[in-house]
Amino acid sequence: MSPLAFDIAHMFAGGLVLVSFMMLYQDRLLPLINVLSLHSLLLALSVAWQANVQDKPDLYVTAVIALGFKSIIIPMALRRMVVRMELHREIEVAVGTGMTMLLGVGLVALSMDLMLRVTAGASALAREDVALALSVVLLGLLMMVTRRNAVSQVIGFMSIENGLILAGTGARGMPLVVEISVAFSILIAFIVIGIFLFRIRERFDTVDLHALDRFRGERR
Amino acid sequence: MSMPAFNPIIALLLTSLVAAAALALVRDYRWSARLNILASSIVLLFALLLFHSRPPVDDLLLADDLNVVFIALNAFVGLTTSIFSASYIGHELETGRLTPGYLRFYHVMFQLMMFGMDLALTANNIGLMWVAIELATLSTIVMVGIYRTHEALEAAWKYFILGSVGIALALFGTILVYLAAVSTIGEGMGAMAWTNLLRHAATLDPSLLNIAFVFLLLGYGTKVGLAPMHAWLPDAHAEGPTPVSAVLSGLLLNVALYALLRFKMIVAANPGTIAVGPLMISLGLGSLIFSSFMLYRRRDIKRMFAYSSIEHMGIIVFAFGMGGPLGNFAGLLQMTMHSLTKSAIFFSVGHVAQVKGTQKIADIHGLTSSHPLLGWTLVASVLAIAGLPPFGVFTSEFLVITSAFARAPALAALAAFGLLVAFGALLLRLGSLAFGEPTGPRTPVRASYLPIFAHLSLVLIGGLYMPGAMVVWFQNVASLLK
Repeated sequence: MSPLAFDIAHMFAGGLVLVSFMMLYQDRLLPLINVLSLHSLLLALSVAWQANVQDKPDLYVTAVIALGFKSIIIPMALRRMVVRMELHREIEVAVGTGMTMLLGVGLVALSMDLMLRVTAGASALAREDVALALSVVLLGLLMMVTRRNAVSQVIGFMSIENGLILAGTGARGMPLVVEISVAFSILIAFIVIGIFLFRIRERFDTVDLHALDRFRGERR
Repeated sequence: MSMPAFNPIIALLLTSLVAAAALALVRDYRWSARLNILASSIVLLFALLLFHSRPPVDDLLLADDLNVVFIALNAFVGLTTSIFSASYIGHELETGRLTPGYLRFYHVMFQLMMFGMDLALTANNIGLMWVAIELATLSTIVMVGIYRTHEALEAAWKYFILGSVGIALALFGTILVYLAAVSTIGEGMGAMAWTNLLRHAATLDPSLLNIAFVFLLLGYGTKVGLAPMHAWLPDAHAEGPTPVSAVLSGLLLNVALYALLRFKMIVAANPGTIAVGPLMISLGLGSLIFSSFMLYRRRDIKRMFAYSSIEHMGIIVFAFGMGGPLGNFAGLLQMTMHSLTKSAIFFSVGHVAQVKGTQKIADIHGLTSSHPLLGWTLVASVLAIAGLPPFGVFTSEFLVITSAFARAPALAALAAFGLLVAFGALLLRLGSLAFGEPTGPRTPVRASYLPIFAHLSLVLIGGLYMPGAMVVWFQNVASLLK
């Protein structure tokens, strides 16, 4: 592979990590949804580039799904939901932005160290991709645990899925079954989430999960 | 060109799918309950056929010694649960907790979940296995939230969030396994086929396999309900409809554990990898001891038995972690016995909660005098799960502890301690549930005892006399597991 092709792949994957950091500190919902859109757009570009350099045309399907479904349709739906529920004026108290960012940096360092060490045998492209993908996954997890709002947890979950697809396309020749299935599961997961958000709204008049914490679970 | 040969696996999977589609069209809940039972019986028939003739292994599906018994167990508990569910849901409709529309949805989801679990058990492709477990999980999430109360929604949301994190970690592990395989096996479907992976296990990159297994253990371990990733499990069991609690405990936990076992076999077949035993032993022992103490503080009857499931999963993972022919034998037996006993418990608990109108342990007393048959059935099944002879759980727990004593006495003592603590908690609660001055309504119970008795008699047979052929089979599989 030419060094340029490798650098471009590297740039897109690195960009995904960077956008994941943007998600960590964005505490307003509407801008957060825009960041999700950007995240998925970068994923689509990255997958399309992989399809090009690996000469695997079927990967373009994954790229199109990432672009159309995850970068356009879902953010639109989320935006409508947020506006209709009048959540867009709320500022979410993220658990100390500075602390979260520091933790994020630590996670990225961890995943680089871990992955680059164990993948010594794999091709350079796969190594970098998997290491960066793990960073995206871990940052997504971090976002899910630091947020209280259901919408931002869903966004965190979607960024994890994006990281997984990045890993899947980086692993050379991974059968399409997985890509399609991931896309499908996102679709299903989203429907489920949609139903849930709808019901939670209906019952609680808020999507703040703090409201749910009243119910410790145990019936007294 | 001849007709493609009849394949019981495909027939089995198609039955559930077709049933799910058909159930979406049936309006009357009585008919859908019957259709549900019919479909589950056909699935059981095909599952039993697998013992007789196994289709050739391909890149997507396989039936081997390890999974046929789980498929059969799955189909059997699926059938008994559908029978139980038929008698259970009528009551839920009367009390208005469910509407006919939701019930139709429930039946579709039930068959989809069975399809997902059977697909996970028969998948030879690690990617397909992941998709199938994801499908089974999603359908149970929806069923857990079906009552739409505060608690049910919270339980479903918690299950969804923790389940998705688990499934994400498991997918990352799966991708790493593929990455480890691709350099030896070559690109494409072949490198995701489990049989290929096992054949070439010794030549795969050991450090990648190590990392992959850690991700898989945490990911699928979340689904198994191992502490500290267990937080979803008690809520999901307590707030969903009882038939769902029965299949969650009896089957879905087993399916996730089965996936872990498949990966453990690959890692164990590679000489350069770390020993996975200690990892599984510490997770298993941790879950066992943690949940046995938590059993004392439970106020909700279904939640209590959910903690008991965590405890048993702990024992099973501990047994597989110890490994060796005897440890694996004990683990497999414990999986089977726990799944039969625990679903029987949930069947009886479901009826108890319906007649008493509450799930609070403090509000239920004297079941053996107000509802003798139901009360004594509950007593028998709780004694069975607590590990008293002559039931099968005693046999398997005894085997787990004795085989562990021979190799690591300190660990075995810890496990035995956990079992005793749990035993105390279960008997303590059973005493107040079953005996004393009866409280609450004495309305006669319209229960179907057939599923409970079928399960309990199997567990009893497992404890008293195990057929020689079954012992040989279990030993054979145990040696496969290493």
